[in-house]
Amino acid sequence: MSIRHGLLALLERGPMYGYQLRAAFEESTGTTWPLNIGQVYTTLSRLERDGLVRPLPENDGGQRPYEITDPGRDELAQWFATPISRTDRPRDELAIKLALALTTPGVDVRAVVQTQRTATMRALQEYTRLKSRETETVDLPWRLVLDAMIFQAEAEIRWLDHCEASLMRFPPPPPKAVPATAPDPEHSEVTHS
Amino acid sequence: MILELRDVHRTHGSGAAVVHALRGVTLGVRPGELTAVMGPSGSGKSTLLNLAGGLDRPTQGGVYVEGKLLGELSKRQLAALRRRSVGYVFQDLNLLPSLTAAENVALPLELDGMSVRKARRLAVAALDEVGLADLGPRFPDDMSGGQQQRVAIARALVGDRRLVLADEPTGALDSQTGEAVLRLLRARVDAGAAGVLVTHEARHAGWADRVVFLRDGVVVDTSGPLAQAEELLEPAS
Repeated sequence: MSIRHGLLALLERGPMYGYQLRAAFEESTGTTWPLNIGQVYTTLSRLERDGLVRPLPENDGGQRPYEITDPGRDELAQWFATPISRTDRPRDELAIKLALALTTPGVDVRAVVQTQRTATMRALQEYTRLKSRETETVDLPWRLVLDAMIFQAEAEIRWLDHCEASLMRFPPPPPKAVPATAPDPEHSEVTHS
Repeated sequence: MILELRDVHRTHGSGAAVVHALRGVTLGVRPGELTAVMGPSGSGKSTLLNLAGGLDRPTQGGVYVEGKLLGELSKRQLAALRRRSVGYVFQDLNLLPSLTAAENVALPLELDGMSVRKARRLAVAALDEVGLADLGPRFPDDMSGGQQQRVAIARALVGDRRLVLADEPTGALDSQTGEAVLRLLRARVDAGAAGVLVTHEARHAGWADRVVFLRDGVVVDTSGPLAQAEELLEPAS
């Protein structure tokens, strides 16, 4: 998700200045996505440059609120109407790491899987703890954000379990040795290991 | 420690057909602590739970419940300990269809020699704890799957059981109902019981204070809680 569309969505509620936007953004994502005020102002100035928001006169407190423009509303409607493309998401570093672990000599792939699973499980425990602390009165947006993180962590653990089961069923062949320039006296030992 | 396993081994069969279900598991569960045990089929999860509940005996090593070494108890003492101190929640609910919800919950207490009146009173309290205060007179067949599961939990919690053992307690329940079951388990543990939850669902294990990973009868890793939730929160980019 872009901060850009997040701010447009918040401004659709009514004009707000920087600190209000930051507070509202963090509130709606349950502080799972802390923003610094610099990011808010940088994004606002880009939105203004693109004509999607416009500044209003400063208030008595010296704060300058922004309001969404009609092109900004169109942009926001377009965002809500468009599914998030999977190719826009960052590459899955974990999948790449495991693929490389399988082909890199001397790496204990099962240990890589277990280390990640324990770390992800810890995260899942902590998300669940945050959730269990919340009562029925907690706001729905925050609960759904937490649930999203819980489901993602669960999916990752399931995938890691799947990787481990696959490793046991189809043990990877030993990585190919790099051709040596000189005869390697331990070569036969390597091929037997 | 309410539950302690010390270097527990359990083998089934002998000779060429020997199966090492558990190979040297050491584990302690304190009051107020919920420990989840995760692992694939055949990793030893259910064996561990059966040993913890005194339903099975280790081949080697000791299982202690409230400080008592189960191997040193007579059959009668062991049965009494199981009835009074240990609550079980299984995937297969084992509710008796000819008894009402309240009668099902009161049954273990009555079997233990408690007066029917007192047992029923405690059963109603346990049903209240799981949010079924009004359904005591109802028969299991007239209840939803989620309600039946809660009756089974009330039966596991009734009286003053300090060790709650759960084997895939959410069974085939949908995610919301399953979560309600875990909240109940969590609440009882927070009130001072020790809990062991066997599951292959990471989302359920997330309710535990500690997650033990079993592979081929061996604990390969343990996940404790994080001190700081903030460590998980990524800054925006």
